[in-house]
Amino acid sequence: MTELLSVDRYLLDALPEVWFGVVMFALAMYVVLDGFDFGIGMLYATRSDEDDRETLLSVFGPVWDANEVWLVAFGTMLLAAFPSVYSRLLADNYLLVIGFVLALLFRGIAPELREQCEDDRWQRMCDASFVGGSTLAPLLFGVLAGRWIFDVPTLSVPALLTGVGLTTVSVVTGAAFISAKTGSSLAADLRRYGIAGTVSYLGGVAILLTTVVVTDAGGTADAVLSVPIAVVVALSALSGLAGIGFARREQYRRWLVSALTLPALLSLLVALLLYPVIYPATGLTVREAVVSPLALNLVTVMGLPVLLLVLWYFKFLYGVFSGPVVDESYGP
Amino acid sequence: MLPLETYSAVNAEWLIFLSPELASRAQFGWTITVHILFAALSVGLAPFIIYFTWKDVWTDDERFSRLRSFWVTVFAVGFVMGTVTGIPMSFQFGTNFPRFATIAGELIGGPLAFEAKMAFFLEAVFLGILLFGRERVSDRTYVLSSVLVGIGAWLSAFWILVVNAWMQTPQGYDTITQNGMRVARLTDPVAAFLTPRLPWMYVHMVNASVISVALLVGGVSAYLVWKTHDSTAWQASLKIAVLLLLVTAPLQAVHGDAYGRHVADTQPQKFAAMEAHYETGQADLHLLAFPKDLSALTDPHAENLYTVSLPGLGSYLATGGDPDAEVLGLNEYEHNPPVALVFWSFRFMVGLGFLFIGLAMWGGSLTYRDKLADSDRFLKAMMAATPLGYAALLTGWYVTEIGRQPWVIQGELKTSDAVSQSLTAGEAMATLAVFLIVYVGLIAAALLVLRWLVREELQDLGVLAPSQETGHGRIPWVGGDD
Repeated sequence: MTELLSVDRYLLDALPEVWFGVVMFALAMYVVLDGFDFGIGMLYATRSDEDDRETLLSVFGPVWDANEVWLVAFGTMLLAAFPSVYSRLLADNYLLVIGFVLALLFRGIAPELREQCEDDRWQRMCDASFVGGSTLAPLLFGVLAGRWIFDVPTLSVPALLTGVGLTTVSVVTGAAFISAKTGSSLAADLRRYGIAGTVSYLGGVAILLTTVVVTDAGGTADAVLSVPIAVVVALSALSGLAGIGFARREQYRRWLVSALTLPALLSLLVALLLYPVIYPATGLTVREAVVSPLALNLVTVMGLPVLLLVLWYFKFLYGVFSGPVVDESYGP
Repeated sequence: MLPLETYSAVNAEWLIFLSPELASRAQFGWTITVHILFAALSVGLAPFIIYFTWKDVWTDDERFSRLRSFWVTVFAVGFVMGTVTGIPMSFQFGTNFPRFATIAGELIGGPLAFEAKMAFFLEAVFLGILLFGRERVSDRTYVLSSVLVGIGAWLSAFWILVVNAWMQTPQGYDTITQNGMRVARLTDPVAAFLTPRLPWMYVHMVNASVISVALLVGGVSAYLVWKTHDSTAWQASLKIAVLLLLVTAPLQAVHGDAYGRHVADTQPQKFAAMEAHYETGQADLHLLAFPKDLSALTDPHAENLYTVSLPGLGSYLATGGDPDAEVLGLNEYEHNPPVALVFWSFRFMVGLGFLFIGLAMWGGSLTYRDKLADSDRFLKAMMAATPLGYAALLTGWYVTEIGRQPWVIQGELKTSDAVSQSLTAGEAMATLAVFLIVYVGLIAAALLVLRWLVREELQDLGVLAPSQETGHGRIPWVGGDD
């Protein structure tokens, strides 16, 4: 194998940068896909009608587990390509990470356990765990991301605003996803949360970037004032405003598309703010933190084709469960 | 060799848990204990799910639709529990053992990433279809989904064990200095992934999972047969579990014996701890050993044991036939694992293994005489054995993991040198406490769900009057197209 895979140089000269991109892509997939799951979890709290609640659970039931795997893919690929970044990032943010995975745990088991017993008290407990976990998970993950990008303490404006940003954008995608899957009355009712979420998200990002420029948090002020970031921010504002328009006109599928671009652009923003550094607190660049050529060549040759296959059967999964949710009961 | 700092000797006082190292080890040990219960459920239940799905789809046999519906629900709950307990694990290398992750990242990162991409995605995506897609995909795709879920579970175990086997018998790397730290660098992927330990571990672990789940399926089936007497579905389920045990239980003993010799060859210190063999020389097989005082339970240097032994049998087992052979003793090493824990875990596992063989033979002979459902005594024995497969699986895992201490990477990196330097004892203790409480709750919830499912099954079979609170309704599902 070592004869086929080069030991002393990367298969492609830009392979370390490619892997920075791949890791960021996995992060984006996670933020986009599990984002609407979180959003549905938060919007669940606004519904008291049992049928509405069950419809919300139905909307993401077949896909949430697969969505969540993107987090593991992100984590393990970060470990495989940039082990020192993985280690330092998690060790430096110990309580945040543990809090985040516990929030994921509570939101993950709740819907599955809820449907196993129709006892009222049991279901209320599961509901609380579902809503609480769905709110805390994006908040803590966002704060973690803020600390990573801007090298700031947990209780600081940039970290907290990044947390709020991820939480509000999740509300937007969650509302758009439910609207596109259910249509009619539920959608009409939920879109106002989506619109409010869009406004707070865009406002939050504006305040966040202003704060960063003023305080030069993590030395990223210059990066924020660059052209690529201005373009990403402008695109976010455009798709946010377009989304509000689509939601008002009840064009829910279009709204979903524009809503999903928001977390995707947010991830792109993260990548642009970091690069070429990968962990500002240590000053390590992508090139300095990346594993040796043989290891990276190997995960490229064995891992990237599989990632394409994964994308293909994700498309299959979403295809199988496309179309609106109706009250039709079947299961195993 | 990696830079090794002095190993801080473990002492028996409870205060040791105030150190971040021991709290981290306890946390990792506890979280993996609970995770393994659910991971093994996926691995062991997969063959049952594939078989029941296939029978249900291709025969009009009502029995199998009942069995499939029951066990797929158990599988789904177990998979969710496995996911939510697995995600913390995937980050614990970084949160609690970042120096291990940095040093060994190149070697362990690849296989862990392959696990997520090749196995975990496969299982999660096609489980979604298996659970909710019956009316939305063709019969062929539906059965294929169950097969892909099974392949996902077995592949998942494979890649995780690639990592663990490398930690037991590391090879295929050298060390370099990167960013001021000496780290392992991959030099030979084939050697690093296909370590000598991997085939032994994989067969033993997958077989142990199938045994554990066969005992679980057998126990639940035996209970339902005992309660109803005439449920043909559950009689069929019991028979399948017994037949599977008849193959897997003896295989585990034969394979385990050879695996033991492999451990004696490659990790003599672990073998010595398994046998409480203190002085290099002829090894006896201790059938029983009692510590003379309590500190011997946790003190790795404990030598004071009262033992009941068969002379020479330890050497016989280590070498595969020579009762006089010299076996390395714990005296060869400066620091040893907590011998009593390893010793007793090993005996517990082996003892249960023989019990399973006996149970399988008993069930086999009843099946042969077509009296499987008639023997109340056998049904009760199967019910009693329901959790024992898991007990054997966990104690076996303790032998593997505790037996390797003080090393996290055998001969290369000590656990004490792998722990986070920034972690405070308070943080480590607080999160340990939270994980203890939450995971006990998870196990309780999983058992409650199993109980509800069994009660609901009894109601369906007309044995139990339906009650208001335990009704189990599926949420309305997706229907119609664009």
